[in-house]
Amino acid sequence: MPNYRIHKTEYIDETKRVSFKYDGKTYFGYEGDTLASALLANGIHLVGRSFKYHRPRGIVSCGAEEPNAICQIGSKKDLTEPNVRATELELYEGLEASSQNCWPNVKFDIGGINNFISPLIPAGFYYKTFMWPKSFWKKVYEPLIRLSAGLGKSPTEPDPDIYDHKYVHYDVLVIGGGVSGIIAAKMAAKNNLKTLLVDDKKILGGSTIYQNNESIKIDNKLSSEWLKNEIQEIKKLSNLTIKTRTSIAAYHGYNFLLAKENLTDHLPEEKKKNKIRQRLWKIRAKKVVIATGSIERPLVFNNNDRPGILLSNSINKYLDYYGVTCGENIILFTNNDSAYETSISLHKKGIKNLIVDLRKSASSEIIKQAESLGIKIYFNHVVTNTFGYRKINSLEIMKLSEDGNTTVGDKIKLSCDCLGMSGGWTPMVHMHTQSGGKLDFRNEDQVFLPKENSEDQISVGSCNGDFDLENIIDKTVNKINKFLDIDNQDYQDTNIICSKENDKRNIWLLPNKIPLGKTKCFIDFQNDSTAKDIKLALKEGFRSIEHVKRYTTTGMATDQGKLSNMHALGIIADTAGVKMGTLGTTTFRPPFTPLTFGTIVGRNVGKFFEVVRKTSMHEWHVKNNAEFENVGQWKRPWYYPKNGENMHDAVQRESKAARDSAGILDASTLGKIDIQGTDASEFLNRVYTNAWSKLAIGKCRYGLMLNEDGMVYDDGVTTRISENHYLMTTTTGGAANVLSKLEDYLQTEWPELDVYLTSVTDHYSTASICGPNSKKILNKLFPNLDLSDENFPHMSFKEAKLENINCRIMRISFTGELSYEINIESKYGHSLWKMCIEAGKEFNLTPYGTETMHLLRAEKGFIIVGQDTDGTMTPSDLQMDWIVSKKKYDFIGKRSLYRSDTIREDRKQLVGLLTDDPKEILEEGAQIVSDIKSKPIDMLGHVTSSYFSPNLNKSIALAVVRSGKTMKGQKLIIPMENKNINVTVSDTIFLDKENKRLNA
Amino acid sequence: MFLINCPFCGERDQSEFSSGGEAHIVRPKQPTELSDDEWAEYLFMRKNIKGIQFERWNHVHGCRKWFNVVRDTSNDKILSVYKMGEKPPVSYK
Repeated sequence: MPNYRIHKTEYIDETKRVSFKYDGKTYFGYEGDTLASALLANGIHLVGRSFKYHRPRGIVSCGAEEPNAICQIGSKKDLTEPNVRATELELYEGLEASSQNCWPNVKFDIGGINNFISPLIPAGFYYKTFMWPKSFWKKVYEPLIRLSAGLGKSPTEPDPDIYDHKYVHYDVLVIGGGVSGIIAAKMAAKNNLKTLLVDDKKILGGSTIYQNNESIKIDNKLSSEWLKNEIQEIKKLSNLTIKTRTSIAAYHGYNFLLAKENLTDHLPEEKKKNKIRQRLWKIRAKKVVIATGSIERPLVFNNNDRPGILLSNSINKYLDYYGVTCGENIILFTNNDSAYETSISLHKKGIKNLIVDLRKSASSEIIKQAESLGIKIYFNHVVTNTFGYRKINSLEIMKLSEDGNTTVGDKIKLSCDCLGMSGGWTPMVHMHTQSGGKLDFRNEDQVFLPKENSEDQISVGSCNGDFDLENIIDKTVNKINKFLDIDNQDYQDTNIICSKENDKRNIWLLPNKIPLGKTKCFIDFQNDSTAKDIKLALKEGFRSIEHVKRYTTTGMATDQGKLSNMHALGIIADTAGVKMGTLGTTTFRPPFTPLTFGTIVGRNVGKFFEVVRKTSMHEWHVKNNAEFENVGQWKRPWYYPKNGENMHDAVQRESKAARDSAGILDASTLGKIDIQGTDASEFLNRVYTNAWSKLAIGKCRYGLMLNEDGMVYDDGVTTRISENHYLMTTTTGGAANVLSKLEDYLQTEWPELDVYLTSVTDHYSTASICGPNSKKILNKLFPNLDLSDENFPHMSFKEAKLENINCRIMRISFTGELSYEINIESKYGHSLWKMCIEAGKEFNLTPYGTETMHLLRAEKGFIIVGQDTDGTMTPSDLQMDWIVSKKKYDFIGKRSLYRSDTIREDRKQLVGLLTDDPKEILEEGAQIVSDIKSKPIDMLGHVTSSYFSPNLNKSIALAVVRSGKTMKGQKLIIPMENKNINVTVSDTIFLDKENKRLNA
Repeated sequence: MFLINCPFCGERDQSEFSSGGEAHIVRPKQPTELSDDEWAEYLFMRKNIKGIQFERWNHVHGCRKWFNVVRDTSNDKILSVYKMGEKPPVSYK
């Protein structure tokens, strides 16, 4: 097996050999390797197939910007993870990785045929081709596209790993632990500011940490040696927290940032167990220093995507940090000085290399150094083509014309096994723009730079466009002193020697003798878009960068165009003949690199997904087989199936029992608001549609609450407990909103009212017993309470003792039956319930759930706010004009009840529906029409509630229908998928219109 | 994610609050005497300013108090907070 690890470095522990599997084959690397460096050490460049053309692709970079080396990690159904960048994944014992997007394997891929039919797949191909015939989309095109597209496979079972969230507050957050970040963190922390320094790598130091060029020195030491000292020093600072393997995902307003910390991804399987895998940090920082550095740009030329073509600086890092050379005969193709550092470093390790430089000449120190070492340099030359299928084996260069628009002279063919490209550097302004910052364009080296630093954040180092070390350190020190308003002198006398770049030449799309249409000049490697695609989009009339991006999909892959966006912009600017700075950029959106769902969700999974509220009777319901329904956060018994009953049968039995003898409902979840104060009556007058002043103490009244727009908002029964004390009930789901709304009016519109509101929903448990035998059961529970109609009539309230415990009993009814609601302090709720059940045994007291409650109230035509109403129903629409006081001068929503729109007679209004076939049960939500022949069919309304009533032995439904009030007796049609159902409009009250049962 | 300085509790995370829209819209004392248009003006019309806006917030998961906020909607900076019933700071008028 070839070995490209050619020298020892301090970052690779060669005493710790690590075995891993890649595409099923076992390889070895060392502790300290990434998957990418280990693969390269084994001579493996080819790591995947491209998305569209299935071209062989190799590792391009050494960091977060990697477009090609994305792989599937793990093979277990619950632990596999797609789209992991091999350049960021630290190697561990037992790692299993495989390449993505190729079948049957990476070396022989059937989709490769796409490469040869590529003239048939231009930009916008999918938009253009799959438009017709229309019916083909769903059955032919989409399944086929889905089959061949996509990057990687999702796990198919729940993630067993543990994730965590953490909130922290800091005076200063420094993003990025390169040279400028380290300086910023040190200055802040030494000035007694509580500081957090985060870096996505395993160790601090950025790209300076492996720098070993003799011509770049700080205080007469190699810059890497100097930086190591600095790192040792900052580690001693007590108010500095350093978090490595931590990357900022998002920068939100008010300096609120999200960071992902990787805790176990680098550990062998057995050490990962029972540990937190990743932690999401939620950081609030008073000030943020952005020191995220810059990314090297590729160059755009024909066949610039072959395996073995990498970014020049990445070749340098693989060599000096990992000890791995990417080839034995390397060509570096550059438009700037930074490739010369790579060249010199390669030369020192005996790796043959030469340089092709776009520039006509260059004269900086580092170039002189390369020349003096005898490194061959082709100035004013350009790579025009590369060769080699699974790996580059040679290339052609040509001389550039004076203006750089064409090539001149003869082709020179050079052999190589690796090509490094350097198109300059792009400052990583992602964090700056995510925080709302704007950008400026610097023409001289074609970069976008952070503009207008606010008082809360600043960019330093190469993300601010400062590229040489002297500039970086000087500017960082000055800016940080000013930004933090401190006077740190630590770097006053720091002596920096570095080479200064004097010559620049940038060409976004490099010239070629071959017509563009016949070239493959890739811009976005991951989404396979080329310079040709961008030009085509412009030709077809697209101008906005946002449109070109979407049409060509440039920059829309998982790497979000970290390597491609600038080139796309440059080519658009050049083609359209506009200045690049005026085009703007596409939006930088979080996350900077993809986050796992686990990190986002943290501990909020399974039973911690959402708060669950249970009544004090809950255990009883569980023991008695209740099926539960979620109502807001509450778990409410839905129905209690007996002996294998289905829902329908259980509900029919419960409903029948409640009317024939007695039923019991856990009503504890209803919202309860305690209202006290000398103006309590006046307050209720203003919030409900009906009058409250004359409600006697000890009496209950049903109230309807509107929004200011006149639409029904909530309803419930309120009881007058004493002169200045009421207990209001609200719907289960509306309790919190009602309280908030009432507080709003009290605090902002009517602060003069002496009223105090307290939510007491959780303080009381409620058992509601209804049915003809309910009085007998109450009598057994409260033998001393006079239950006669004279003493305790419908809509009244009594206090009574159950043994020694105070209860509030309301004789109110939501079922139309004689009914009592017993309220007791929550801690006694379970006992109360059990005592009720015990007392009710001889009367077949049947527990019933929300479904039966809904059915029983529908028989009586009582509405449920939120089911029969949807925020567009007035009391009049609900045929409830009786509850709207004509006498009251004002109440919330009153004025809206006679707006021109609310008095329209053709509004949708609540009606009853009876099916012609009494056994036919309508579907809730079904549309209602009167004529199915005319098209388009006129929709009159929809079914809101529908049940089979066992007490009436027929199907009943409530519905809202246009002009419904005037339609009683009319025939309507409910068109369903397979049939049309004939119905007749009826009254909304189906049972006991005379309310005889209430006093049975 | 704003940091909001509740006038009763101090600085808290936005997740504790709910927004109540534009501030200083007084509910008419005699709604019945208003025309449909006048009532609609109160009921529906809001300025939705890009720039300095006066708005109501409720510390709903805290002290439950409503209060006023001056916010620049173009950059989300909260410039001032003040209690209900207090006049807005003159400098932002």
